[in-house]
Amino acid sequence: MVNHNGPLLDIDDLTVGYRQGERRLEAVRHVSLRIWPGQSVGIVGESGSGKTTLAMAVMRYLPPEGQILSGTIRFGDREVQDLSDRDMRDLWGGQIALVPQGARSALNPSMRLGDQAAEILRYHRGLSRKAAHEQARASFERVQLGDPERIARAYPHQLSGGMLQRVLIAMALSTEPALLVLDEPTSSLDVTTQAEILKLVRDLIRGEQHTAVLYITHNLSVVAQLCDRVAVMYAGDLVEDAGTRPLYRQPLHPYTRGLLDCVPVLGTTKHEVDLRPIDGQIPGPESRPQGCVFRPRCPLAIDVCETYPPLYDAGEERRSRCHRWEGIRAGELDPAQPVPARERTPPGERAGTALDVKDISVHFFERASLPQRLRGERGTVVRAVDGVSLTLGKGRTLGLVGESGSGKTTLARAIIGLVARTSGTIEFLDMAVPPKLAGRSRDIYSALQVVFQDPTDALNPFIGVGEALRRPVQRLRTEKVDDADQVVAALLESVDLSPSYALRLPDELSGGEKQRVAVARAFAPNPAVLLADEPVSSLDVSVQASLLNLLDQLQTEHGTAILFISHDVAVVGYLADDIAVIYLGELMEVSPASALFDPPYHPYTEALLASVPLLDPDAEQREVQLKGDIPSPSAKPSGCPFHTRCPRFLGDICVEQRPPWREREGGGKRYFCHIAWDDLVRQQERIFRFSETGKEV
Amino acid sequence: MGEVASQQVDAQPARTGRLLRVLKQLLRDPASALGSAIFVIFFIVALIGPWIAPYGANEQIPGSARQAPSIEHPFGTDILGRDVFSRVLLGARDVLTLAGVGTLVAVIAGTIIGLVSGYQGGWLDEVIMRLFDSLLALPAFLLALLLLGSLGPSRNSVLLVIAVVYTPIVARVIRSVVLGVKTRGYVEAARVQGETYPHMLFREIFPSTLPALAVEAALRFSYAIFLVASLGFLGVGVQPPSPDWGLMVQEGRANVTQTPWALIAPAAAIAIVVIGVNLVSDRLKSILQIPAELRR
Amino acid sequence: MWRYFLRRLGFLLLTLVVTSIIIFLVTRWLPGDVARVILGREAGEAAVAQVREELGLDDPLPVQYVDWVRGFVVGEWGLSYSTRTEILPLVTQRLRNSLMLAVVTLVLAVPLAVGLGVLAGLNEDRWVDSLISVASLSVVGLPEFVTGLILIQVFAFGFGLFPATSLISPDAGFFEALPSLILPAVTAMLVLLAYIARLVRSGVIEELKQPYVRTAALKGLPYRTVVVRHVLRNALLPAVTVLAISIGWLVSGLIVVENVFNYPGMGRLFIFAVDRRDLPLIQALTMVTVLIFAFANLLADMAYALLNPQIRLGE
Repeated sequence: MVNHNGPLLDIDDLTVGYRQGERRLEAVRHVSLRIWPGQSVGIVGESGSGKTTLAMAVMRYLPPEGQILSGTIRFGDREVQDLSDRDMRDLWGGQIALVPQGARSALNPSMRLGDQAAEILRYHRGLSRKAAHEQARASFERVQLGDPERIARAYPHQLSGGMLQRVLIAMALSTEPALLVLDEPTSSLDVTTQAEILKLVRDLIRGEQHTAVLYITHNLSVVAQLCDRVAVMYAGDLVEDAGTRPLYRQPLHPYTRGLLDCVPVLGTTKHEVDLRPIDGQIPGPESRPQGCVFRPRCPLAIDVCETYPPLYDAGEERRSRCHRWEGIRAGELDPAQPVPARERTPPGERAGTALDVKDISVHFFERASLPQRLRGERGTVVRAVDGVSLTLGKGRTLGLVGESGSGKTTLARAIIGLVARTSGTIEFLDMAVPPKLAGRSRDIYSALQVVFQDPTDALNPFIGVGEALRRPVQRLRTEKVDDADQVVAALLESVDLSPSYALRLPDELSGGEKQRVAVARAFAPNPAVLLADEPVSSLDVSVQASLLNLLDQLQTEHGTAILFISHDVAVVGYLADDIAVIYLGELMEVSPASALFDPPYHPYTEALLASVPLLDPDAEQREVQLKGDIPSPSAKPSGCPFHTRCPRFLGDICVEQRPPWREREGGGKRYFCHIAWDDLVRQQERIFRFSETGKEV
Repeated sequence: MGEVASQQVDAQPARTGRLLRVLKQLLRDPASALGSAIFVIFFIVALIGPWIAPYGANEQIPGSARQAPSIEHPFGTDILGRDVFSRVLLGARDVLTLAGVGTLVAVIAGTIIGLVSGYQGGWLDEVIMRLFDSLLALPAFLLALLLLGSLGPSRNSVLLVIAVVYTPIVARVIRSVVLGVKTRGYVEAARVQGETYPHMLFREIFPSTLPALAVEAALRFSYAIFLVASLGFLGVGVQPPSPDWGLMVQEGRANVTQTPWALIAPAAAIAIVVIGVNLVSDRLKSILQIPAELRR
Repeated sequence: MWRYFLRRLGFLLLTLVVTSIIIFLVTRWLPGDVARVILGREAGEAAVAQVREELGLDDPLPVQYVDWVRGFVVGEWGLSYSTRTEILPLVTQRLRNSLMLAVVTLVLAVPLAVGLGVLAGLNEDRWVDSLISVASLSVVGLPEFVTGLILIQVFAFGFGLFPATSLISPDAGFFEALPSLILPAVTAMLVLLAYIARLVRSGVIEELKQPYVRTAALKGLPYRTVVVRHVLRNALLPAVTVLAISIGWLVSGLIVVENVFNYPGMGRLFIFAVDRRDLPLIQALTMVTVLIFAFANLLADMAYALLNPQIRLGE
């Protein structure tokens, strides 16, 4: 059926709406898009852009309240809307396959993976039980799952997230569909696992001449590395559509430009480059402006923008939904957002120590069960954090990078006192900090503040913004506060919110606004140290950029030292003065931010840097393969904790002996490895290099 | 949302607004609107019953025993010549005070225990929960009978029984909510700022338990009515000559061939009130979006 | 798995110990002068003294508790003061009758309830679901003594199909007793039916929302296959534990139902004992029920663990 000469998928002027009570909200508006056989197309958008709705409409799998209001979707030579349910089921799995996000919940928890993979073959290929199982195992092999026998017999809970994602890809590919839809397939995975999955997908795309790919993501870097073409969506509109290279080199829509300027590029710092957040907020489907949806946030908006722009054909297979695309292409108009006004502090000299963490360990003891004890076993010790020492200079930013299970969050919680440490000392402005929160003095409470990851969790839904800010001001400020309301207003202004926000309840705020209030609350007592645990990782890129700028700004004003914890090397590299890399509860490398991206790298850092997708489609990046999954902290490898996965594994010495810390005189970076400095420098090249155009981004 | 408009709004209306929103949703659904109406009428009857009842609860009207329903006696009279309509009206107050007050005590005690146990954690939590597990190893009705057997049947025993039987159930529900809320970012942020214990418990955590508490209270109330009526029927609860609905069913049953209305009226009253409260609590569950593991 | 079982068993034993202490305290310590309570106010001093002697009421409480537990375990359950007979044979005979009734009720209720729950869950918010939901809400609202009386009116007096009271002879076999079991079982079933159906319904609805259902549907499998192989497999798993909870309900329900139908089971004996404040009999009846309830729970937990690979294969 796909043997015809036109595009494989042809979406024409598609509008999809959701019924909400009496109203009908349009989640996708007037989208036209074509995919040719074998092509890979990325759809990029922030939350609320309609990218997932578009994908589900293509698959004709909208929720009951969703409905195609106008336009057509053609798959091959047939209109998807007109197909009978039976024909549609033949398409599903047979011609169009989905690789969903969140592999663990996307697989049936009580069915063996072999059965789950075989049923699709049995149905579409009419294979016997035995043949289907054989093919299923073959498909597991194709996605490089070792030991397909074991995988086939396993239930989802017995495998890691990365492996499950591979199983889903194997299932989707097993019928050799014409179109593969990937919906954020790496969103819940660690960077190193993500890199492996992306490599797999890239190889499959290049190896398969027939399968077209629709890749849906919020991550601009992933599509830059993966797709032939990229379509950018904003608030339900497809705003730009172009080949990957031209799009990243010269976006023809101000939103695309703005989005690219929000992403911290790996290896750049706040001292060299400004992030330019997009002013304002993404409008919801009920409050979209007349005319161009991007108009209220656009630096180029003029009167004509009050009419809804068509998707202009800009030649060279490019399209832009901007009235002023010609001016942008000619270089007459600058679509970039203004550079935020901020004081740039020179990378500060060390002016004394704010926080000194010495040899901290956090061990959790898991008690043995009764039968275990009868067999003479004792409980297991989970070494979440194992002998970490850190120094945070006054007014400086220390970035702590690690994957999940690395112990980075536990370390932060031990410092703030939400978890009691097992051993080690913390000195804070020359005060000894007791392990438990209850034992701490008011001085410590007020000087050590925290911002957490999840903005939906940041504020108590039953406490107004004003009260949330007033309490720390009244209770924790060292000087006497006469007019708390005035201080609250000033705090809100310092995080770029109007003082009237004091009267709001949290559910009247957007995610970014909540996180701003959380930042304001943390700064309310004028803290000397702020612990920020992934404060931006659940925010959209444009919001993330403005929050990073805000943290930098407040740090300059208050002279606060920040311990910034993140899984994102690019973000940490951008914001931090110094960076510590943590793996399985131990530090692997500590380096000034500027030196982290040059050799020698600790082998783990090397792998980490090789895993980060780069925003520049032409960048060169070395590949580094890690073996296996991250071990459990309850069964930590002996010797060097990284030896089980290390690509530069030396031999017995790594298994038997703890590595030394290696460093050069005069400070700078130090790392924890058996390989000597000079040897490592000789072996390693720089991990990534941007193309000429890429560096300009 | 209109930026300007919401700047004028005070914080207080936003909060009462939530309550209003819940009420509005409750009244929009026909089933729960009916349930709410039943509850309100029942409540009013319980309050003003003594003033609108044409006869006393135990007033034997001379010469009018065993009369079928009429304008004079809407629900007829029983074998002793008592007006069934008046007895049902007056019984409402009985049910409300027994089931209502019993539930209230259980809800208050359960909430406090659940809050402290869940927030405190550690050995205190362990001890309380083990104790409650053991109490709940007795089916509720069995525990009620056990207590009644020990205390002897009376109004006060019934009251105590309801409180004792339902306190652990409420406490467990509240505790599981607290365990979920305790690790939320905002609670930890408040702890890091050294907030006081009462503030943590009552300002940061307690409000989050309100949705579950509302549903649980409604549910417990309907079960309590059920329990009071069943105990009355079995003769081990409220004792004669109280106009207790369950008791009336029992008395009516003995003479069902002569005065069926004396059985039907109180039975219908029980059913209507319990169904009414159930309709409300069922809808509340979905309005307040109680997570599935707490829906029982 | 083995470990899971032992842990469960450990918890169960601990719970039983604490529960027995509670039962003991409620029946021995709470009422004050236990001998007076048992014999009533008019009893003579001599009789009271004799009961005190028999029950060892003058010993310290811990000693009394240990004696009582030992007696229960070895089958010396003592005398009922209202019937003046041995408790053990009395209870075992009634227990047999109650179990018969319970089994018939469960066999009627569970398949029907699961079927209705699945039907309602798969048709969420359509008329079938609304009908089942409203009906089950209403049935939950009707106390067993009301439904029981209605059924008696209709089927016993109205149609004369079944006996109105269930006076079965003590040694009646199961099938001999069956006609007398139907009405009480149906009465006890109704509440259970509504309760289980509602649980199953919400389980199905919850499961339908899971992402893996979408994965299955987008494989192109027929709807029936998606429902049966994927949704129901996971939705009905928790229904196994529902069975355990429903036994708690059944205990309460049967106490009322047995009294409505004058059915000679434990429930009627219980009310009799409470009415006479026959504390030793109450103790024995409570302990027996608690034991059955606890082991039913254990069984359900084990069945759940066996069927759920996440526990069965958990480390």
